[in-house]
Amino acid sequence: MEQINNLISGGAVQDVFFYVFAALTLLCGILVIANPFSRNPVTSAMFLVLTIISMSGLFLLLHAFFLAAVQILVYAGAVMVLFLFVIMLLDLKEEARRKIKFFGLAAGLVSVGIVVSVFIKALSTVKPGVENPKLEGETYALGKLLFTQYTLPFEIVSVLLLVAMIGVILLSKKKLE
Amino acid sequence: MHVGLQHYLAVSMILFCLGLLGVILRRNLLVIYMSLELMLNAANLALVSFSRFNDKLDGQVLVFFIITVAAAEVAVGLALIVALFRKRQSAHVEDLTSMKL
Repeated sequence: MEQINNLISGGAVQDVFFYVFAALTLLCGILVIANPFSRNPVTSAMFLVLTIISMSGLFLLLHAFFLAAVQILVYAGAVMVLFLFVIMLLDLKEEARRKIKFFGLAAGLVSVGIVVSVFIKALSTVKPGVENPKLEGETYALGKLLFTQYTLPFEIVSVLLLVAMIGVILLSKKKLE
Repeated sequence: MHVGLQHYLAVSMILFCLGLLGVILRRNLLVIYMSLELMLNAANLALVSFSRFNDKLDGQVLVFFIITVAAAEVAVGLALIVALFRKRQSAHVEDLTSMKL
């Protein structure tokens, strides 16, 4: 038992888990934007759910336990249900396979190339602030920070949610005045 | 090689680029919206890994706020898409090229 515990808290198993979750995240991410088998938005939405769930696995590996839970509750729960509701409501037909325009493809590749070059430049110089991180993102610590140092942003965000709710009700009225 | 900050940032970078490609190349409004969510999630992953490897919790608080704002944004954006669909009967960006409804 002692040995198993050491193995789990030590590097090897966590590294394996990292590679598994990272591969799953990226694979499902690719299937969200370019699924070779189906152009249906519902399939994209389901793969986005899988991406989010495997990403919350990455959050667990980073010891952000509260955020991993919130990620699943808010994203996979609320946001994706909203997406699926709207897809069902709009009753979209299967998107026809249209040829990707050369200009669009070129613009996409150029912009992604620029972003990648900036990121790689940044990645080669970035260093972790501490070698052996001991941070635990559990609910208590996060809540304490949220209600002491970040009280004002917290209140502003709650007002933002209210504004969004009012806006949505106004937008979805039959007649826009 | 031991998994460190750079590995997480690389995953975040690839995910961000996937989202960007989706926004530029796909033509369905809803799929474009999902790609936007993918980009937001990539930013979240980068923030959480920075937070972990600097031993500071502030990054995670920021992610908490981003998730909240993203939820509000999705609600408003989807309401706009539904309103647009009612007028035009289409969620395809090439059918939605004029500014006036």
